[in-house]
Amino acid sequence: MRIRKNLSLAALCLATVGLHLLIVATGTQFYLTQLTMAAYYGLVVIGLGVLMGYAGQISLGHAGFFAIGGYLAAALTTRNLQPFQEALPVRMLDCLGLLATGQDIYGAALLTVTPWAACVLAVLAAALVALAIGVPVLKLKGHYLAMATLGFGTIVYRILLASAYFGEADGIVEVPAFPLLPAVGRFGPVVISGDADHRILNFYVAWGILILGIALLLNLIGSRVGRALRSLHSAEAAEASGIDTGRCKLQVFVLSAVYAATAGVLLTHFNGGIGPGEASVMKSVRYVALVAVGGMTNLWGTLIMGVGLTFLSLRGVFGAYDDVVFGAILIAVMLFAPGGVLSLRLKEFAYRLIPGGRS
Amino acid sequence: MSGVDHGQDQEPLLALHDVHKRFGGLHAVNGISFAVATGSIKAVIGPNGAGKSTLFNLIAGNLPVSSGAITFRGQEIQGKKTHQIARLGMARTFQNIKLFHGMTALECVMVGRHVQSRSGFFAGLFNLPATWKEERAIRIRAMELLDFLQIADLAHVEASSLAFGQQRAVEMARALAAEPKLLLLDEPAAGLNIYETAEVARLIATIRDMGITVLLVEHDMSLVMDISDEIVVLSFGTKLAEDIPASIQKNAEVISIYLGENNED
Ligand SMILES: Nc1ncnc2c1ncn2[C@@H]1O[C@H](COP(=O)(O)OP(=O)(O)OP(=O)(O)O)[C@@H](O)[C@H]1O
Ligand SMILES: [Mg+2]
Repeated sequence: MRIRKNLSLAALCLATVGLHLLIVATGTQFYLTQLTMAAYYGLVVIGLGVLMGYAGQISLGHAGFFAIGGYLAAALTTRNLQPFQEALPVRMLDCLGLLATGQDIYGAALLTVTPWAACVLAVLAAALVALAIGVPVLKLKGHYLAMATLGFGTIVYRILLASAYFGEADGIVEVPAFPLLPAVGRFGPVVISGDADHRILNFYVAWGILILGIALLLNLIGSRVGRALRSLHSAEAAEASGIDTGRCKLQVFVLSAVYAATAGVLLTHFNGGIGPGEASVMKSVRYVALVAVGGMTNLWGTLIMGVGLTFLSLRGVFGAYDDVVFGAILIAVMLFAPGGVLSLRLKEFAYRLIPGGRS
Repeated sequence: MSGVDHGQDQEPLLALHDVHKRFGGLHAVNGISFAVATGSIKAVIGPNGAGKSTLFNLIAGNLPVSSGAITFRGQEIQGKKTHQIARLGMARTFQNIKLFHGMTALECVMVGRHVQSRSGFFAGLFNLPATWKEERAIRIRAMELLDFLQIADLAHVEASSLAFGQQRAVEMARALAAEPKLLLLDEPAAGLNIYETAEVARLIATIRDMGITVLLVEHDMSLVMDISDEIVVLSFGTKLAEDIPASIQKNAEVISIYLGENNED
């Protein structure tokens, strides 16, 4: 199983390089931007996939976690803290060296949080919110999480639309680049930004993070805790085996929120901004549809469908019917292929193509 | 058959005190008290619907009691969660076998090892080397148990595709993997032929000899009479009798209510 996992991860790395070469060979560099974005959305989808597939819980609020990540990162790295310089939290951040100074477009002094610190704070905030929702709700049996997260998603969306701090309907723009790694020797710095000259680098960073993301999830699923997760379907037997099913579900829920928030942070830096559309419930439904179409307990299927369909959507293939398409996909999957599209007759064929596709 | 030699002076492993369970108007368990001595095999018998499985669900914490007390290893466990009770050393099988979908026989048994291992969430996520040794130990012990139940050759077969008797064996191995002090078996021989039933009887006796106390529900009278140290008879949620097998066999009331109508003449 471990060999299979490593082989399939290696195959995914090769596929990433292959994708790049294909783009170069066909002169379609303009696809790189959408492929980069699709990888970040893929991160949301695989995290949600573990929650839905193994913990058997549906979240209709993952766009909310994505937005908490994206908006907090955007706000912390753009909003001027100069007027609050004397406030305790700001002084603490300053002491820790987590503040950056600069100039705004009018040349006035600008004091902001560094992207790394903002990233950590944003993801932490999402994790804490997930914990606050999950602790009371996951104790209950059934799909209460779907209801609670639906409410949560709506609240986040409305707050973002209403608050001037978060830019109301315009969202936040001019989000700076995220220097992920400093320059080392001959190698330049690794920076997340949408600049044309960082395009290829960002493609690899996004796909690298996606591959890391799926590698961690595969680790988890193959571990003791992962076995506990996979046993949750038979809750009585799991409990009788000493598994705290509520706690297991909570852990996965928080993890999936962390994945969504991380994707939100990184994509916001890549796009240089974020708007309230990212927090809409329709986005959450889309993530659920992507997990469903990929096959609930099939991480690879989820990954492929999540990235593939998101790419098509970003390319505008579905035109004005974008949301309709994802709604229709959700209905069609539930009716015709509850195990995901890859569970249809293509299943055997597809498994042969994807090593470890069934792990 | 080694009897219950230390049943009297030692505190019982499990004790029920006036346990009640009501489902709306139905009094499924009506004031049951009994004790299970450490190292013994105790059987609960009674006609269909007598409340045997409900009683197991109360003991294992799958259902809350309506009133009464249950002590296990000197602790009151009514009101505790199932997984907490399991951690105290109680394992069980189910009347309608419950295995884990999409898992091989080996993996099912490895799940049973949960309480005997500790690798946490982050250790799993980052596949820390510290977990590798434990993972190997879990696998080895699970394999041993499959071997003990004579289904080692089926280790890598998906559990839900196994024959009925084999699934029961997997479930038993899953329960044993927890190294429990008390093992609850709900109709371990249901649906098995006479050879398999005899095999199960021998197995249960072996398990007891390994130091695991067994409480079982079973309809097969030959099995119950053969291996039990003591028998509790339930009917409509109340305790009719509690005695050694030889006396139960002679008890007129028990014969009329249960043995007479359910067993072959
Ligand atoms: N969750 C429940 N809700 C309502 N009634 C229940 C529930 N579980 C069991 N009962 C009822 O309680 C009574 C006892 O059921 P139980 O399953 O404990 O019987 P049993 O002795 O195990 O029978 P069998 O030999 O058929 O397994 C039955 O009348 C049953 O219908
Ligand atoms: Mg029963």
